[in-house]
Amino acid sequence: MSKRTIIPFGPQHPVLPEPIHLDLVLEDEKVVQAIPRIGYVHRGLEKLVEKQEYANMVYVAERICGICSFIHAQTCSQAIEDLLPIEVPERALYLRTIWAEMSRTHSHLLWLGLMADAFGFEALFMHCWRLREKILDMVEDTAGGRVIFGSCKVGGVRVDIEDAKLKDIVIQYNDLEKEIKEITDVFVEDYSVKHRLVDVGVMSKEDAHVLGAVGPTMRGSGVAKDMRTLGYAAYKYLKFEPVVETAGDCYARTKVRIREVFQSIDLIRQAVAQIPGGPIAVKVTGNPTGSSFQCVEQARGDVAYYLKANGTKNLERFRVRTPTFANIPPLLKMLGGCELADVPVIVLSIDPCISCTER
Amino acid sequence: MIMRHEDIAIKIQPEELVGKVSGLQGDGCRLVQIACSKTKENNFELVYSFEKDYKFCNLTFEVPPDAEVESISSMCFSAFLYENEIHDLFGLKIKHIAVDFQGTLYETAVKYPMSVETK
Amino acid sequence: MAFLKLAGTVTKRMGMKSACYMYPVVAREFTKTTRGHVELDSADCIYCGLCQRKCPTKAIEVNRQEKNWTIQPLRCIVCSGCVDVCPKKCLRMENTYSSSVTSKF
Ligand code: SF4
Ligand code: SF4
Repeated sequence: MSKRTIIPFGPQHPVLPEPIHLDLVLEDEKVVQAIPRIGYVHRGLEKLVEKQEYANMVYVAERICGICSFIHAQTCSQAIEDLLPIEVPERALYLRTIWAEMSRTHSHLLWLGLMADAFGFEALFMHCWRLREKILDMVEDTAGGRVIFGSCKVGGVRVDIEDAKLKDIVIQYNDLEKEIKEITDVFVEDYSVKHRLVDVGVMSKEDAHVLGAVGPTMRGSGVAKDMRTLGYAAYKYLKFEPVVETAGDCYARTKVRIREVFQSIDLIRQAVAQIPGGPIAVKVTGNPTGSSFQCVEQARGDVAYYLKANGTKNLERFRVRTPTFANIPPLLKMLGGCELADVPVIVLSIDPCISCTER
Repeated sequence: MIMRHEDIAIKIQPEELVGKVSGLQGDGCRLVQIACSKTKENNFELVYSFEKDYKFCNLTFEVPPDAEVESISSMCFSAFLYENEIHDLFGLKIKHIAVDFQGTLYETAVKYPMSVETK
Repeated sequence: MAFLKLAGTVTKRMGMKSACYMYPVVAREFTKTTRGHVELDSADCIYCGLCQRKCPTKAIEVNRQEKNWTIQPLRCIVCSGCVDVCPKKCLRMENTYSSSVTSKF
């Protein structure tokens, strides 16, 4: 056995926008084991539930993560609606779906840019973010905020999108689709990109399942599971298939996300074509009781909400399991046996969102 | 989608946990999350959520705050983070965690901020 | 196997206008729906304090006796909750961001 070295990776590292620390145990240049350390940005949002009214928890939930913001708010509202219980109007469900998919497209483009940055392709990074900017502008135009949408509330949505604007979104996405295709082809075909991604950080289908991987990390390993199939919001009316790739390496995870961007655009088109008229919110009365469990697909994987209420204005327990939390054990598995130089790319390939993880 | 926790919950005894989990693991279920919460009687309620083919099941049981719970991370490796988190936030002791941070996962200003005593 | 895949896009964009704009020289265009900052038309306000109670960050302070309404712009998360709840509709969500400051208060 050769000599073992332990190298600290993070919490400050050029590829990491957020602080996670890994102790990498190396044998020569090979990583044999990785031990994670989180807890640098713990904010105690779950504790805040004792002070905030349940309707305000949607704002708190939305700020768990800056990228999955809308889907957090959606899940939180869904769980509270479940506890009250109230029925949300169809139009609101469709609008939520449209915003959730817009959020997914911008999140994946953000990630593609960060990935390009991680393997040292600055120009590609810039182009991904140029396209993402257009989506953010659309979001601002419809919801009012660029990153924090702020358009979801318990009982429905807070702002309506007029039909003309919805059509406009589809037209803009049609144009955008061509541009995104142009950029994502670089990820799929370019020699130097493939050189950095293919056969790096391989995780088998069994490992992905046993270690509880979620989202594109899981689907890149060949597990066809997408919580949108559960049919919450308007997904029950839309047609789509979970995107799967079987190779299980960083390249497969990249391809899953690329294909999901186009899938999301397609879902937006379907939703806009079918959206019914009517009210966008119902009046909320009473206080929640009981407990609810929600599982919703975010850009990074499924988020699990477990809410417990006791009939007062404040919820009793607000438990959020974010996708990155579930993706850390699979990440440790992927890191075992990889080259030290590939560690940044592998860490980024799970789309880590650490502030999300610690809440 | 309506998914009340009550509909998918299975009440078990604390001693049964390890056996039940290994049974579920054998069936091909995957661990979704572990949640801890306080109950009215100042006990801890633990919820272990599993999923298979979009079917969820929540194993739940209550333990007194000074009890020791057996870790399931020997069967589900991914449980270690949840268990460390529960220990750090609630102060519930969990035995034999695969990677035990010994209370250093979250270093909070108030020790065990969500525990029963500090309410 | 493809080399220099991005070269086409790069060449094409060379002849195009820049995707960015010179920020302070060219002003940012806000949309109609943008949540920028909260403004009060104090003439209509009845100092009921509903906005204060609704605000998730306790950014608003209303004093009924002194007829005083203050907001701490740096605490405000621009959620628009107070605007929705105001019975006199005297709160407005402006679509420009509050200007930068050099000290907290
Ligand atoms: S809710 Fe409206 S009327 Fe009441 S204090 Fe606030 S701003 Fe004034
Ligand atoms: S916009 Fe929201 S955070 Fe800001 S003052 Fe109003 S209620 Fe408070």
